[in-house]
Amino acid sequence: MSRLAAKFEALAKTGSKALIPFITAGDPRPDFTVPLMHAMVKAGVDIIELGVPFSDPMADGPVIQRASERALTHKMSLKRTLEIAAEFRKTDQETPLVVMGYLNPIEAMGYEDFANAAQRADIDGVLTVDLPPEEGIECSTLLKARGIDPIFLLAPNSSEERVKKMDAAGSGYIYYVSLKGVTGAGHLNAVDVENKLQQIRANTKLPIAIGFGVKDAASAKTIANIGDGVVIGSALISKIEDNIDNLDQASNEIIELLISIRQAMDN
Amino acid sequence: MTEKYNMPDERGHFGPYGGVFVAETLMPPIKELNAAYQHYLSDPEFIRELDADLKYYVGRPSPLYHAERWSRELGGAQIYLKREDLNHTGSHKINNTVGQALLAKRMGKTRIIAETGAGQHGVATATIAARLGLECVVYMGAVDVARQSLNVYRMKLLGATVVAVESGSKTLKDALNEALRDWVTNVDNTFYIIGTVAGPHPYPAMVRDFQSIIGREAKEQCIEATGRLPDALVACVGGGSNAIGLFYPFIEDKSVKMYGVEAAGDGVSTGRHSAPLCAGRPGVLHGNRTYLMCDDDGEIIETHSISAGLDYPGVGPEHAWLKDTGRANYVNITDTEALEGFYALTRMEGIIPALESSHAMAYTMKLAPTMNKDETIIINLSGRGDKDMQTMAKLEGIEL
Repeated sequence: MSRLAAKFEALAKTGSKALIPFITAGDPRPDFTVPLMHAMVKAGVDIIELGVPFSDPMADGPVIQRASERALTHKMSLKRTLEIAAEFRKTDQETPLVVMGYLNPIEAMGYEDFANAAQRADIDGVLTVDLPPEEGIECSTLLKARGIDPIFLLAPNSSEERVKKMDAAGSGYIYYVSLKGVTGAGHLNAVDVENKLQQIRANTKLPIAIGFGVKDAASAKTIANIGDGVVIGSALISKIEDNIDNLDQASNEIIELLISIRQAMDN
Repeated sequence: MTEKYNMPDERGHFGPYGGVFVAETLMPPIKELNAAYQHYLSDPEFIRELDADLKYYVGRPSPLYHAERWSRELGGAQIYLKREDLNHTGSHKINNTVGQALLAKRMGKTRIIAETGAGQHGVATATIAARLGLECVVYMGAVDVARQSLNVYRMKLLGATVVAVESGSKTLKDALNEALRDWVTNVDNTFYIIGTVAGPHPYPAMVRDFQSIIGREAKEQCIEATGRLPDALVACVGGGSNAIGLFYPFIEDKSVKMYGVEAAGDGVSTGRHSAPLCAGRPGVLHGNRTYLMCDDDGEIIETHSISAGLDYPGVGPEHAWLKDTGRANYVNITDTEALEGFYALTRMEGIIPALESSHAMAYTMKLAPTMNKDETIIINLSGRGDKDMQTMAKLEGIEL
């Protein structure tokens, strides 16, 4: 069983939900990321999504766009993101790690080389925003053969047929994009999410993590009551942006926010 | 000699290129668009309305003009210009916006968005949106807003909202990113009119089909004027819509050579250019697999060209396929050479071309002298140079 499947199974037994932070690798500089990952685990997160910086992040709002830009000024790349993951793994063999990004860096590396490198870095899942299952069979087959879960997205306008497709193509979990929009948008509607989740769950047994639009303890708690996991990204990365001259402060504020979310989700 | 050409396949692939590479939220609207397009493509009422718009609103057919003096001067092939510069709004872009806007209307969409580089596609979109009474938002890189301010003003006059995009390199690719972000947010009521033969399927095929009126007319006009097919076609390639519009109806006519002219900027060897087919590599951007300008890590490289309309790191996937199969030749022309093409046509024929089209003129100046006097070249004069007066005056040190 993959680390992701085991994690969701263990959480389900205790009735708890997965807290999943998203951060961009190398933002604002490469040496900031690994210590932050360890600190987030201490704060009680269950899974980490590590964003691969890309020059043209089409599905992301301004906060994550700027995170990519900051990381790219330090020549961050897919290769160096995997190095960061491997570095983290040296002292944490428990926490599932998902690499999330856009397809072109993987195209440039080559699918097979990427799958091998991800395996060496001991990555658990790969989520490629602009690679739907129709185009992604070659890549996901290579990943699955190495015990890595290909994770796919579902959206508010996804049909039942799409849900079945993701159920067949994906593993680990499904990432439900809670709203029509880009990351960090602020118009999450819990009733809509709940209704949609019913339709999704009727067609898949995969755990469902919900992201886009989760920004604080209150919205995380609402979402945790509906899904199996809560993804929070832009709200964390904003702390880096707000404290760009004092990264200790940035790190402290991220941890404080995660602790408050953890408490809200568990109560 | 003819061999059946039926690209793309039903999922939008031109060999390994094309396809649908988008975030999940865009899959349903793309499916909806494809279904509507396939339906109306063979709907007689739609075709009738489109043809009427092209004739009475755009001003088609555009003439095929024999540039006799310039041909004599170059001393080789006879040069014919396909006068897309004479279309309403001044370029070939309107052929496509008229078609997509009719589709938007039939699909019940009330809001139109577009990206633009030089502003020609933005103007063509704002124009048709004004005519149909649709809300229109045009995304344009902040750098392009500054260098094409005349077109920005035209779009605003037409009632469009022009959003200056400040992210990334602040040029056409970033405008496309921002338009995609808008679409994903407003997917229910919004139709995205992409201006070039790129993007996810069905855009590359759909834009090609709307633009191929250029080649269909040119073929007929050439046979009428010369009694036979042309020997060569020349067109500039940014995303590649004017080039594919001219090339497509000739693909099965193997005797016709095709030359797509990319922007070499300061020269391909300097790295400061916009020539992915000549000096890029395959990758995935903006919904399709094609040749791109990117580094070894897959990050998109900033492009450079004197013409905002060619300043794009990708190219339509069908051009990638035509390159790999050898059916079309892709060459490049520097900023300096393009200016020579600009002045040559202006002074030899009294026609001021757009800086984009000037790249095709400059390549023809190399090609024509290598051909015989009884051979024929058709150049797509894709746009007029009015929008470039500020750029040209600045280069000449003149204050307007």
